[in-house]
Amino acid sequence: MSDERPRRYAMVIDGRACLNCKACVVACKAENDVPLGHNRIWVNQTEKGSFPFVSVQMDPGQCMQCDNPPCVRVCPTGASYIDADGIILVNPAKCIGCRYCIEACPYAARYFDEESGTVDKCTFCRHRIDAGQEPACVVTCPTKVRVFGDLDDPDSEASKLLARNRVEVRKEEAGTEPKIFYLS
Amino acid sequence: MTDPHATPERPALISPGYTSGTVTDKISEVVLKKTPRWWYAGFAVAFLLVMMLLYAIAYLFAKGVGIWGVNIPVGWGWDITNFVWWIGIGHAGTLISAILLLLRQHWRNSINRFAEAMTLFAVGCAGLYPLLHLGRPWVFYWLFPYPSTMGVWPQFRSPLVWDVFAVSTYATISFLFWFVGLIPDLATLRDRTKNPAARIIYGMLAMGWRGSARHWHNYDSAYLMLAGLATPLVVSVHSVVSFDFASGVLPGWHSTVFPPYFVAGAIYSGFAMVLTLAIPLRALFGLQDFITARHLQNMAKVMLATGLIVAYGYMIEFFLAWYGDDPYEVYMVANRALGPYAFQFWALIACNILAPQFLWIKRARSSPAFLFVIAIIVNIGMWLERFVIIVTSLHRDFLPSSWGMYHGTIWDVATFVGTLGLFAALMFLFIRFLPMISIFEMRTMLPEAKVEEEPK
Repeated sequence: MSDERPRRYAMVIDGRACLNCKACVVACKAENDVPLGHNRIWVNQTEKGSFPFVSVQMDPGQCMQCDNPPCVRVCPTGASYIDADGIILVNPAKCIGCRYCIEACPYAARYFDEESGTVDKCTFCRHRIDAGQEPACVVTCPTKVRVFGDLDDPDSEASKLLARNRVEVRKEEAGTEPKIFYLS
Repeated sequence: MTDPHATPERPALISPGYTSGTVTDKISEVVLKKTPRWWYAGFAVAFLLVMMLLYAIAYLFAKGVGIWGVNIPVGWGWDITNFVWWIGIGHAGTLISAILLLLRQHWRNSINRFAEAMTLFAVGCAGLYPLLHLGRPWVFYWLFPYPSTMGVWPQFRSPLVWDVFAVSTYATISFLFWFVGLIPDLATLRDRTKNPAARIIYGMLAMGWRGSARHWHNYDSAYLMLAGLATPLVVSVHSVVSFDFASGVLPGWHSTVFPPYFVAGAIYSGFAMVLTLAIPLRALFGLQDFITARHLQNMAKVMLATGLIVAYGYMIEFFLAWYGDDPYEVYMVANRALGPYAFQFWALIACNILAPQFLWIKRARSSPAFLFVIAIIVNIGMWLERFVIIVTSLHRDFLPSSWGMYHGTIWDVATFVGTLGLFAALMFLFIRFLPMISIFEMRTMLPEAKVEEEPK
């Protein structure tokens, strides 16, 4: 019998292992048919220091799947919502395209699809999760930068990583309670 | 010998020599006499601008909001700037109508009518933008609570939904206030016009007004009740508009000072627009005896006072950024003053803080031409203020990787100028077909109408 309890899906990101190959970005675009000019996930590359003491830092980013999401709070029609497993989704049928959620998100994680006149974002590949698969970005990454799992399952790889390592979240002071954790 | 402690004589609110009859003649003849040629020229220009607006809207609906300069990270640009600007302009009407009525400020009597009309037209122009800026404007009605078979219901935690209620309530009460105030004057026009069609129309709009004691009693009750209802709206509508920004976690938006700062700014820009309209109108129709130097001076004083509150708001933003030492806030104010939009920021400081300081000087307040220039400058400054708040906060938010620039397009300009044309066209129609100064309230200002003692 399958376990029907709600999940608490999250992702642990190890930027130190990232090569900036952008396979995750490409996989996301292909999997979700993301329109030209927009991305649901990205990798920022920051160079520090000056020659010969130079280091490069990779910073993969996406929707932080917050537990207290400002984007959901400001949506006037309830198109943005938190599903039973804690994933922030947009119901395109209810979205009127006011773009308030785009302005409210402190992580610039949403985009406006000019074709449909609605807003879209990372869904953690909800359709793949429903089929028992992991998000496209996770399975594509050659260096296992992104680890996806259920925080309420102590045996999930994500839970184990969080238990063993020091992690940080982005813009903690904004009170958004993100569920994307960065190994630090 | 004159008493040095005596209050100096204040200029009259209506020039001497008028009677009830001549006041009625003077104001109603603007409507009942032949239309002046300049009216046709002005209305034609405004009408052309309305056509441009319709073309811009048609193109927008065909192509989508991509024709505007909005992008990531600046998803709101001229559209919401214009919305807030127009709502702000619409603020002065209700302030003059309701609050000054309850405070027994009789000088309001000669400016309240067209200030209320200005409010209605400005709110109409403002209301266009939230609809036009939607990605799917044809489903705007989903913002209203109605029993939908599709299960659509507004999310009442969203400030955009609060906006819908605040603005629609404000528009409704402002319209009722304006219309109820017009009824006795519509009856005057009904009785004076020689055109049979106009008599029927004015007669229907006057709703059987005969000026009986019972009518006046009902009128006074209704007018006072509407004033009481409208008074909290003066504060609420722009407070709610400011919540659109204050409830966001963005540096430059997330500020508790926004509601009072926005309300003061709205009154500031509203009075600037009243002066922008009143000064040419009194000259064109020879109404200097009714809209006197004292009216202009009083409005200039309100502008000066609210301008100082707005200046305080600007200063406190900088002070709190420094005092709070939040790196994002510090960067936000530094970016405003020194970043790529520094020109717009310093232009707004010059327009909103420096220019009105001339109003401390009585000679400046007494010159209609000078006041007109200051009012135009303040109108420009208040538009820039909204632009700076919206765009500079969005274009550089928390993540440098998502920073970007925003520039309005020709379609932004066409839509904005088009709404200026719509506003002007509605004002032209208003001054042509309805009395722009309240006839019966002006009659109460005459010495012969004084039935109560002036306060000592």
